[in-house]
Order: sequence, then structure tokens, then C-alpha cells
Amino acid sequence: MSAALQNIINQPYKHGFVSDIESDVAAKGLDEDTIRMISAKRNEPEWLLDFRLKSYAAWLKMTAPTWQNAHYPKIDFQAISYYSAPKQKPKLKSMDEVDPELLRTFEKLGVPLHERMALAGVAVDVIFDSVSVTTTYKEKLAEVGVIFCSFSEAVKDHPELVQKYLGTVIPTSDNYYAALNSAVFTDGSFCFIPKGVKCPMDLSTYFRINTEESGQFERTLIVAEEGASVSYLEGCTAPAFSSNQLHAAVVELVALDNADIKYSTVQNWYAGDENGVGGIYNFVTKRGLAKGINSRISWTQVETGSAITWKYPSVVLQGDNSIGEFYSVALTNHYQQADTGTKMIHLGKNTRSTIVSKGISAGKSNNSYRGLVKIAPSASGARNYSQCDSMLIGQESGAHTFPYIDVRNNTAKVEHEASTSKIGEDQMFYFAQRGIDAEAAVSMIINGFCKDVFQQLPLEFAVEATNLLSFKLEGSVG
Amino acid sequence: MIYQDSRTILEVRNLCASVDGTPILKNMDFTVKSGEIHAIMGLNGSGKSTFSKVLAGHPDYEITSGTVLFEGKNLMEMEPEDRARAGLFLAFQYPIEIPGVGNSQFLRLMYNTVQTHRGKEELDPLEFDDFVRDKMKLLEMREDFLDRSVNAGFSGGEKKRNEILQMAMLEPSLAILDETDSGLDIDALRIVAQGVNQLANKGNAIIMVTHYQRLLNYIVPDFVHVMVDGRIIKSGGKELALELESRGYNWVSDEYKAASRVAR
Repeated sequence: MSAALQNIINQPYKHGFVSDIESDVAAKGLDEDTIRMISAKRNEPEWLLDFRLKSYAAWLKMTAPTWQNAHYPKIDFQAISYYSAPKQKPKLKSMDEVDPELLRTFEKLGVPLHERMALAGVAVDVIFDSVSVTTTYKEKLAEVGVIFCSFSEAVKDHPELVQKYLGTVIPTSDNYYAALNSAVFTDGSFCFIPKGVKCPMDLSTYFRINTEESGQFERTLIVAEEGASVSYLEGCTAPAFSSNQLHAAVVELVALDNADIKYSTVQNWYAGDENGVGGIYNFVTKRGLAKGINSRISWTQVETGSAITWKYPSVVLQGDNSIGEFYSVALTNHYQQADTGTKMIHLGKNTRSTIVSKGISAGKSNNSYRGLVKIAPSASGARNYSQCDSMLIGQESGAHTFPYIDVRNNTAKVEHEASTSKIGEDQMFYFAQRGIDAEAAVSMIINGFCKDVFQQLPLEFAVEATNLLSFKLEGSVG
Repeated sequence: MIYQDSRTILEVRNLCASVDGTPILKNMDFTVKSGEIHAIMGLNGSGKSTFSKVLAGHPDYEITSGTVLFEGKNLMEMEPEDRARAGLFLAFQYPIEIPGVGNSQFLRLMYNTVQTHRGKEELDPLEFDDFVRDKMKLLEMREDFLDRSVNAGFSGGEKKRNEILQMAMLEPSLAILDETDSGLDIDALRIVAQGVNQLANKGNAIIMVTHYQRLLNYIVPDFVHVMVDGRIIKSGGKELALELESRGYNWVSDEYKAASRVAR
């Protein structure tokens, strides 16, 4: 890969972790007044303020977890500013104004043209002067009754829906970072698919976040009513920078009877430099409630960024015959640390879950799979299949697997398979002897390793994800 | 076959190479012309497999002195993938397994990469499928071979056939077969040898590295070389292999030592 490209992917963290002095930034620190202030600034209803205060009270009684396989300095929660007015990204008039290096990165990743413009901050409406892509998109969704908007808009326009479902999957006291998020979250996405509606297109966060930063405590809530279905895409393959080091998002999914939610993530937050300096801490709580009978929740994630990733997209299989799926590729390089996996909690009868986890560790990084399969006494006939594969690149990387299985019903079937492999010099030489260069060889090996997960991704996303992995590994092999 | 109008494909002069600082090849000299089939024989540790790997550019081996010209080009300045693209092929003694990578996908990338570098057209997946199935017939390979991962779970015979299949696809000007006969039963040996014989022609050359004369019954060499302690100490025709088979290797070394003493 060219040095220029290398630079842009691994470019030094230029934004810094301290916000610039702006007129509308809260003083650092967190107490009840901060929360009242956030809520007041956002003109929130009383019930939401109560939700925040309850969460804050719960958080105060908790301590930061230390069981994860990751090491980092203690976070000073009083040194963070918890509110700033939504910032507009600078708008550019045309692609000519965009940093050419950035364009080359998009080129290499195969990001579609309109998406490149949005990511680079070009006003899409200016380019497509007749009909804006975003407007068309919103109109189509409105026709079928799908609500897809920012969390703030949802609180304003659909308070009854938000109130009905917020915190029902991840209670305020669930865990340290979820409680913190519940107390201080700023914005995020809300998505509601009414009864019987198949969402006519994939919902992509890119259409929503292109004008403002979501902030470090993002909140997402997706509800699919009876018989509804939706495919939701989060993130993008282009490198994402943030002005905050700690990111603690919460994502809740609710699927009613016969509903189907597919949630795909590609995460490429800044991972720190080659020496492990800087980088985002991504401590996320994601959980879906397969509440109705025959409902299905499927998580697919491709995790490539962040200095530390700590997330376990989970499914609570409450409805009889409900299905939970988790497909994950987690790649770590340099000094990255990832502790990721899932929880499948089987409550309903004949519930089924599938876990496919692929961890790739390069450089001096550490990659852990941590998963829980729990079969409750009520879950007769429940089944789980788990497959955890690790691939090591180089001599100094680590792969770890921590599977927890808790079965309380003797009609359940639980299977777990695991493997570890290595991209070795001899494999690379074999490719070279057949005329194939290192870059193409790594890409082919990694693709083969990840194909069970990639085939779960929407097509364009899969192509980009494939390129992204090869891209992230360049220089680590051979 | 030896031809009058042949061209030099490989010219090795005073080649010295070491691994982890231990010298393995010591002033090796070797010349191969088009149309020729050479057999390099020798005991374990004589350096014959090292020689194959050095030619292919394995990163573990360090060239300390000497020259290698491949079709007139300085081979030592070429990356391993460039050597392959230029027409140097190594059939591995132990073909490596690449789990998860489909054979047909691998073969297509290999073929198209090399074709592109030779200024030829790539084949699309459908054309490629016809092409590869045609070549598979040559080696009597099973249909399901294409759907499996590269060498993963292959028997020894299947791995070696896969190597020769790749050779058939790439049509190298120099093919080095490193112990291709090891681990083959007699049927597989016959099939592999038949494949190699069909590929040998006036324009290319083959080097077989082997312990045993058995392979040479099927692929008949024009020259047989004996390698001892990192260099070729005796060369002859195909009858030399038979002599080695019946008398072993010691007499060659003894003869060589005696000759060296006389020379001194």
C-alpha cells in the first residue's frame, strides 16, 4: 500500500481529547445538576429526566468493571464534559474541496460515490440538485409508516413510543457504562417499523449522521412490531474520528411476534497509533429482546477500530420459537485490545441461537471472545450452536476464548466448536510462488476465514468490509 | 530431450547460500537448457531441497555469493512472486494447507495474476471453470476437488497432483519438482509422471529433486546429478541413477574426495 494511504489510515489523532472552548459546552464533571442541565437544554419531558436521574443514582452505586481482558488507565469521569451543542460538520460545496488523500482512501475501500460525499462533508443536496438522495429516502419510508429519525426528534415527535420501550431491554442499572449512558446520553437513532411492514430498504445511519456528530454517549432504539422486518446498518468503513476518547453507546432492539431485526455494524474508530498511543475506548451495550413468538434478532459486526473494544451484542430469546444470531469479525492490530462476544439468553420454548465469531489478531494486539449461552428452566427444546475461530498473525499477538455455558433445562442442545490458526510465512511463500503478492494473499486468506460472517452482511457492506480488513492488515504479514 | 538449438534457461555459478548463518550451498554450479530434464539426487541434508527453495526465493535462505541467471535475468534481484510470473515454478515437497480458501478461487487468482503479468487475457469464472476442468482430466482428479479448501485435508497424493495441476495451468519455462514422488502410491506416481511428461516440451525445462530412482522410471531424465554437501560432485546420464540405486551414494563421495586429493 502506498505510504500516503498508510498515513491517512494511521494518521495521528489530530482532534485531541479536549473540546475546543465553545460558547455552549458544559463545564467538566458530573452531578445531578449536570443531568438536569442536559435535560433542560434539550427541552425534555419530565419522564425522561426521571429516567436519567434514576440511571445516575444507579450508576453512583456501581463500580467500573475490571473483569474484561483489557488494560487501560482509570477513567476520570469528572474530567469529561457531558454536554455540548450539536456541532455541524463544515459543509463543502463540491468534491474538489475534499482532501485528496481522503478521496484516495474511499477509492481504495470502494465506498460508493454519494456516500463519499456525505462522509467528506459535501452537501449532498448541492450535488444532486434536482432530487436529494436523503429526501427521497425519507419520503419512501414515510409512505409505509416507518419512523427513522434522531433520538431527540423521536422524543419530541413520538414520546409515547420512546417512553414505552426505552430501557425495557437494558434496564438503567444493567451495567456501569449502560447506566452512565442512560444518565447522560445526548443523541442517537430511533427506528420504528409498524405492524406488518417490511422496511423497503436498509436503514443506514449514514443518512442521519451526516450533518452532526452524535456525541460520545449515543442511544439507539429500534422497535419492530408484529410481523415487521428491518435491516439496519451502522457505521462505515471509512476511518472515523471523534473528539472524545470514551464512547459508551447503548443500543436496544425490540422484536414483537414474527418480527425480524437484522443489525449490521462496521466499526472503524481511530485505534491509536502504531505504539498504542491514543485511540477510542468503545464500551458499548447492545441487546435485543426477541419478545414475540417466532421473532428473530440477528447481529452482524465487523470490528476493526478502537484502541479498546468492549461489547457483547446479545439476544434475550423470550418468545417461543424465537431466533437469536451473532456473526462477528473482530480484527486487532498494533496494540489494540478487543474483548467482544455475545450473550444468548434462552427463556422461551424451542428458541434457537447461532454464534459465529472470527477473531483476527496481528501486531501486539489481544483479541478475546467472551460469550454466554444461558438456557433457563423454561426453555424446553432450546438449541445453540457456537463456533469461535481465531487467527493469529505474527509472533506477538494473542487470541483468547472465554465461553460460558449455563444450561438449566435437560431438553436443550448446546454445541461449541473452536479453532485457532495462523497465517504463516510458509502460506505466504506458497502464494508468492504462484505469482500472488502478499496483499492479495492476505486478503484471500482473511476472506476465506471470515466468509461465514461476510455473507451475512448486505452486499456493498460486505465488499467494503473485505477491503477494510486487508487494508488494516497491510504490513503485518511477511 | 537434448536439442542442438536450445537456449539457456538457468545458469547457476558459484552459488553459496545459508540458513540461520549455517552454509548449506557451497559453490554450486548448474546449467539447464530448454528441452532438458534434469534429476538432482542426493541424501537428506545434501542441500537439494535448499537449492529448490533458493531458486524460488524462500525468505529463510540467504544468498551469500554467486550468481543465478534465469533466462538471462538476475534471479536474485527478483521477488518470489516475480520469479513465478516470469515462469519459474516450484512443485512443493510439502504443499501447505490454506483452510477457508477455496481451491477454484485460489487457482483462478493464481492463473489470472500470472496471465496478466504475461500480457495475456484473464479468464472470467465460467471460462476458467472449463479451463481448469480440462486440466484436471490430465491428472484424473475428482470433481469435488475444486470446492474444497486449498490442500486442506488432502491426501499426500492429492496434494502432489494439485501441484502438477498448477504447473499444467501456468506452463512454466522452468519447473522444479521437489521430491514430488515422496508420499505417492504407485498409481498416483504414474498419473503425476504422465502429467509431467505431457507438459515437457522443447521450450521448457524440468528439474526433479529426488532421493529415489523410482520416479526416474516414469520421467526419464537427460542428466542425473549427485549432490553432496552443498554442491554437485558428479553428473551423468540416466544410467547414473541406476548405479546410485544399486551401489548407494558413498562411492561417489569417495571418488570425489580421491579426485580432490589428486588435484591438490
